[in-house]
Amino acid sequence: MSSAGADRPIMGEPDASGRFGQFGGRFVPETLVPACAELEAAFREARADPDFVAKFKALLTDYAGRPSVVTECHNLSAHLGFKVLLKREDLNHTGSHKINNVLGQALLAKRMGKTRLVAETGAGQHGVATATAAALMGMECVVFMGEVDVKRQALNVFRMNLLGAEVRTAMSGSRTLKDAVNEAMRYWVAAVADTYYLLGSVMGPHPYPWMVREFHHVIGEEAREQCQALIGGPPDVVVACIGGGSNAAGIFSGFVDLETELVGVEPAGGAAIGRKVPGVVHGSLSYLMQDEFGQVQEAHSVSAGLDYPGVGPEHAHLADIGRARYEAVTDTEVLDAFQLLSRTEGIIPALEPAHGLAWMVKAKDELQGRTVLLSLSGRGDKDVEQVQAILDGNPEALKTMRS
Amino acid sequence: MNGFTGTLEEHLISRRASGAKLLLPYVTGGYPVDGWTRLIEGFAQAGADAMEIGIPFSDPVMDGPTIQEASAIALANGSNPSGVLDEVARTDPGVPLIAMTYYNVAYHMGHQRFAESLKRAGISAAILPDLPLEEVGPWAEAADSAGIETVLLAAPTAPDERLPRIVERTRGFIYGVGLVGTTGERAALASSALEMARRLKDITDKPVIIGIGVSNPSQAAEIAQVADGVVVASAIIRRMLEGGSVDQAIEFVAELRAALDSV
Ligand SMILES: Cc1ncc(COP(=O)(O)O)c(C=O)c1O
Repeated sequence: MSSAGADRPIMGEPDASGRFGQFGGRFVPETLVPACAELEAAFREARADPDFVAKFKALLTDYAGRPSVVTECHNLSAHLGFKVLLKREDLNHTGSHKINNVLGQALLAKRMGKTRLVAETGAGQHGVATATAAALMGMECVVFMGEVDVKRQALNVFRMNLLGAEVRTAMSGSRTLKDAVNEAMRYWVAAVADTYYLLGSVMGPHPYPWMVREFHHVIGEEAREQCQALIGGPPDVVVACIGGGSNAAGIFSGFVDLETELVGVEPAGGAAIGRKVPGVVHGSLSYLMQDEFGQVQEAHSVSAGLDYPGVGPEHAHLADIGRARYEAVTDTEVLDAFQLLSRTEGIIPALEPAHGLAWMVKAKDELQGRTVLLSLSGRGDKDVEQVQAILDGNPEALKTMRS
Repeated sequence: MNGFTGTLEEHLISRRASGAKLLLPYVTGGYPVDGWTRLIEGFAQAGADAMEIGIPFSDPVMDGPTIQEASAIALANGSNPSGVLDEVARTDPGVPLIAMTYYNVAYHMGHQRFAESLKRAGISAAILPDLPLEEVGPWAEAADSAGIETVLLAAPTAPDERLPRIVERTRGFIYGVGLVGTTGERAALASSALEMARRLKDITDKPVIIGIGVSNPSQAAEIAQVADGVVVASAIIRRMLEGGSVDQAIEFVAELRAALDSV
């Protein structure tokens, strides 16, 4: 954990109302206001407690397997004409960066005396990580997952069950991540006394966007040191995919005080920042895909983990002040990048970070001669079946993917 | 156009002074697709003292399955805020109307524009359940100056020191959340409903109305022994989702009225 604050004003603490610039806040039903305040107080206390910090660090090293390595991609670099480094969050226990935040929050939940974790999940990675932490810490676990995602990520549903979690299918709305969040919030509204809502990205009401970023700060902190050792300094560009934006926030926070260019990559069908319309859903004010009446629109992405119409408020702020830039790539570009990394480096990425690589391929000309660090936020095992079906031209798979 | 003039708060206080327990039923704007506006005048004739008009939102996190379903049906059939307000403007219930929606609908339209469009539709007040005290300021100021009363919710989870601050900022009445949970019917009245009503009655003279989980005439009568009145939503909407007619929904409101009149 960092001691971000006055010395690091960008990506430091949000203001007292939980805002990063104009974005953020705490837009929740009155029932949840005291719970958010209690959580904020508990987090502030915990991060100042050396015992908590030590426990968290020990879990990250002895359980999650940190630090994750940085890999220099010689073949891919030769292919693209610029130096590519990967921050290997795919090598963490449970296969993605999600475990960092989950271990931090589960530890906090335990400290707060909560007995049950509730979470939403898109790709299933956050759900699996939460179920894992619940098993480890002896807590109950309920995970909400949209019906569409339950189908395209069936193996992750089975994994969560194996880990002892109850997976509930969200049948409302677009039946993807957005609706899983709605259901998790409703569940929390009803069970707030003993249940901890373990939100999976840098979104939601204050303090979640800040807290989740702090638990992922380790990604950027490690990467900065590793780049120093490997290439003698920071990379020129750091790239990460954006669903809610947690892996991006984690890695950006390690470089934001430098000259390093920060690039977040959204799916073209879920480009909340790309459209630049502010709105409020799921507890915070941020950029939000919505129609002319303010109804939240459904995102469409081949990747379940990025199939979300909103984005964390701090990213909206970073875009607003021009400290980070946000780009979009199409499903087709992502599928190409997915295969490219597999073939050139022997690393099958998750579809989410394949977005980052897809942008790098697209922006190849402007990146010539530079060093680019990509947050490889997760491994592709969960996606191979879906990609196989798509590549085989299975019309059913395409339907799931676009419905 | 609604013939009611005056404020929601004065209206409820004067009804209370006449010895009435207050009944606030709920209508989803756009559900049922055919005939939903008939509910507005029908509920008033059946004895509603005011009513909530829900403007459907895509992501209603405070709502349980019943209201979600009605909202989804309305949205699927093209319900939108402007359309709902246009149709409300053509009704004349003669009692105050309260818009109930989620904050993004107001935020997206712009505070002032939204408040003024409520006013033009003959609506007196607004409830935005995802806009708590700490965030309500900018909206509430715009609403105040447009003459729209902003009703705040108070929940059982609030510590004692919080309630007076909510009660102070609310307009129209104080909406006491009857239970820790989302909208929807429950077999029995939650003990938290009575407790909530008592805690609020202890600190305010503003009308104390309990909603969420008030499911039938006997529960309404039970809570009205402590509270000034009730909001009933899911129990009304569920009857229509199960095939009940608009007239049957109006008849149910008359039953609620009778139960409250017996308190
Ligand atoms: C591997 C991986 N990367 C990224 C994401 C997107 O989340 P975020 O934008 O919060 O990093 C997910 C979400 O499921 C994921 O599984």
